[in-house]
Amino acid sequence: MTTATPSRLLGAVSEGEALPPLCHEVTATTVVLGALASRDWRPMHHDRDFAIHRNGVRDIFLNTPSQASWMERYITDWSGPLGRLGRMKFSMKDSIFPGDTMVIDGHVLAVTAAVEGFGWVDLALAIRVGERLASSCQVRLALPVTDTDNPWLCPPESWRP
Amino acid sequence: MLETIPDSVLALIGQPQYREVSEIEVEAGYIYNSCAATRNGNPLFWDRAAADLLTGGPIAPPTMLSVWFRPHHWRPGATEEQKALQAHFDLKRLLELPEAIIADNEMVFGTPVRLGDRLQSWQVVRSISELKTTRLGRGRFWVVEVSMENQRGEFVGSDSYTAFGYTRTGQAAAR
Repeated sequence: MTTATPSRLLGAVSEGEALPPLCHEVTATTVVLGALASRDWRPMHHDRDFAIHRNGVRDIFLNTPSQASWMERYITDWSGPLGRLGRMKFSMKDSIFPGDTMVIDGHVLAVTAAVEGFGWVDLALAIRVGERLASSCQVRLALPVTDTDNPWLCPPESWRP
Repeated sequence: MLETIPDSVLALIGQPQYREVSEIEVEAGYIYNSCAATRNGNPLFWDRAAADLLTGGPIAPPTMLSVWFRPHHWRPGATEEQKALQAHFDLKRLLELPEAIIADNEMVFGTPVRLGDRLQSWQVVRSISELKTTRLGRGRFWVVEVSMENQRGEFVGSDSYTAFGYTRTGQAAAR
């Protein structure tokens, strides 16, 4: 498989390996862009008064689908386009508000032996704001074994994330 | 807030509800919006040649699964705001818990979602907890799972939400 953007291969990944952190200054635009892109019209993601007076938080906050999209971007920045998500589990611990500096980091929990040209990598990720853990996330990602393998071409009956 | 869960609500657990076809086809505009919002430069979503080579044509980012099922905020004939995850809002109403947050979310990704797909989904209430008190207030946790397939009947994923429905207690929720 030849691509303009190289992908990480399974053999290049080891347990405990840290992924490079991603830092983003969250603004009201970050929150609203993410909400609109995910077709989430609920007011706590665009209406500050509603967030304060109905939800009891200090501002509008990043919605769940946006956080998932940020995680996906973070993972595939590391894996390249042949990295195929199999499963993602989030726990929201605290909200992410405009004015926060969001830092996504993570490490490899486990690497599973390859079958059919790909293997599974389990990742533990987090979104932090300063010392505060905002969200934790566990991800199962398929990576190719060789540069001729492609997890996206795995037949449905063999895809068991 | 109800102190006990009515039998009619317990009966919802495990029952498929709200089987529906998405209001929109999977389309490039929302994919670009999502990638732009998160500065996601994955060539699968920006470079047609890369998508043709690697995924047999354009696909949507897997984490956009829930996007295709959110209703329009308004449509002709609607008399009130349209809501996604109706089973969740049903539980808020039936259990008399006016506020809710999503605590956990788990997605499983199946066959890639492709441009032009028209997906369908159904919702299942998996569990409802006893009354709990958190810093937000007093209420119950529940799990609602949404399963999704494409127009060919292929599993494209599931999206499971753990929510906490609650009544606020003073200003304890502010943070």
